[in-house]
Amino acid sequence: MQRIIYDEGIKKLEEFAKENKKILGFPIIPDQKLGTALWVSNREIRIKYIISVEKIKKFFEGLFEGKIYATKCLSCNELYFPPQTECGKCRMENVEWVELSGEGELITFTKIFVKPYSFSHYEDYIIGIAKLKEGINVTAWIEEKDIQKIKIGSKVRLKVTKRLPEEYLTYVITIIE
Amino acid sequence: MERKVGIIGVAYSKFGVRNDVNFNELAYESFKEAINSSNIDLKDISFLIVSNVGVWSSEPLPAVSLGEYLGLIGIGTLRVEAACASGSAAIKIAYDMIKSGEHEVIAVIGIEKMNESTTPIVVEMIGRAGNYFWEFENFGLTFPGYYALYATAYMNKYGAKEEDLCEVAIKNHYYGARNPKAHFQKEVTLEECMNSRYVAWPLKLYDCSPISDGSATVILASEDFIRKSGVKEPIWIRSIGASNDTSNLSKRENFLSLKATVEAADKAYKKANIDKDKLTKIFDVIEVHDCFTIAEILACEDLGLFKRGEGYKIIREKQTYIGGMIPVNLSGGLKAKGHPLGATGISMLVELVKQLKYEVEKQRQADIKNGLALAHNVGGTGHYAYVTILSR
Repeated sequence: MQRIIYDEGIKKLEEFAKENKKILGFPIIPDQKLGTALWVSNREIRIKYIISVEKIKKFFEGLFEGKIYATKCLSCNELYFPPQTECGKCRMENVEWVELSGEGELITFTKIFVKPYSFSHYEDYIIGIAKLKEGINVTAWIEEKDIQKIKIGSKVRLKVTKRLPEEYLTYVITIIE
Repeated sequence: MERKVGIIGVAYSKFGVRNDVNFNELAYESFKEAINSSNIDLKDISFLIVSNVGVWSSEPLPAVSLGEYLGLIGIGTLRVEAACASGSAAIKIAYDMIKSGEHEVIAVIGIEKMNESTTPIVVEMIGRAGNYFWEFENFGLTFPGYYALYATAYMNKYGAKEEDLCEVAIKNHYYGARNPKAHFQKEVTLEECMNSRYVAWPLKLYDCSPISDGSATVILASEDFIRKSGVKEPIWIRSIGASNDTSNLSKRENFLSLKATVEAADKAYKKANIDKDKLTKIFDVIEVHDCFTIAEILACEDLGLFKRGEGYKIIREKQTYIGGMIPVNLSGGLKAKGHPLGATGISMLVELVKQLKYEVEKQRQADIKNGLALAHNVGGTGHYAYVTILSR
């Protein structure tokens, strides 16, 4: 797991700084390659965003029922995914929630090997973009783990799934053929 | 009132892991050299624009921090963010400010100190440079991941192979090895590139630009100031074209082209009266945004240099080296010169000004016939695009 390697790197850095505080009086360590002096900051913050989903609550209610919703502007018929309740084109807040078929085909994909810190507890994951029959695209993880079995043009279906270990509902692309 | 805007001072610092200097000192490295090359006085500068993405570096108000350190206070300043295109965005603001007649001389400094944070954090923060909620929060996209989505689609459509992507890295490392300020100053072989590990399939480590520190400075001045102060051989900004595209990649029409580049280029060509059918004959040298190897291929096609689907073949035939159809990224590009985000767009102009004046190292000097050069700078994954045309 990449998380272990990442955490070990940070731990080493902090231990080195702590040791040098005792010896030098400061958290100053030499750069590994250049030998130049580096101050390891004593301050650290944790960032966790708290984001309003009030206007798109219906999307999450849909996921809870196993459905994936988009919004559709009632004046220009534009379909929005990710869903939004205001139509930028019409400057109107006049949308209806429509359930997506979830059926479509894969238009591109990648496999993430070098992961962000907050995703480093997962195994390598495959991300795809599917074009649904309604004409909109959806980005999501692909359930299939073997990249060799995935092709552009593969028929796919979206499925509501529980993401572990966080245990929250999301959606995933499944390969049908 | 429209007036011409010229470039009268340029420099960029050594790019790389710059753990030998702090944020302000790194900026000073290019600022000092640019001021010295311009023959102007600090008091001639009436505004300071700082291009910096930040997040991974410690100074939260970079423009203020630099203002104090460089001795530029009491004039007015701001910080510009347009992801990896911040530098070009900063240039555009300065250009418009001078063109309008409000200012005569503006200093534009781009800086990024990415190595003040650890690599996993940088990977995290740059991965968020798309749509946070619908792409990052749930699916953990990374910056190489976004471009990999384009690479997969391009390779599938046009038959390009991973070897073809490596050709871009080989060329850019070849020129990087001849640029003493480049992050990587060593050539790479096809074998080394092909054997490097996957970062985001089908992109490998050698397909990716590095996490760099660096700064770049450009001093812009009005035609009036240039004439009065007797600046010799200024380089003129002929035009700047800009565009933007959707935050969510899922909203893009296809993954074969960055639409924002096409639009930005069209605007720049139109304003400068450039014949789009003769681009490779018109421009003497071009710098494109090769944050990943696939990005250089897309850029060459989106700028209209080559036909769709032909870019990788022309690059494979070494037509983007000196002596080929059109030399591209003789600085080493983002790939080898390095990619300190806020400094990148500005360093492209520094490069091109020096190319147009025959001031770069001999082995990577283009033949200047028409005295025209183009810089292409992308922010995010085609989220922002700027095309700047320079002339002697």
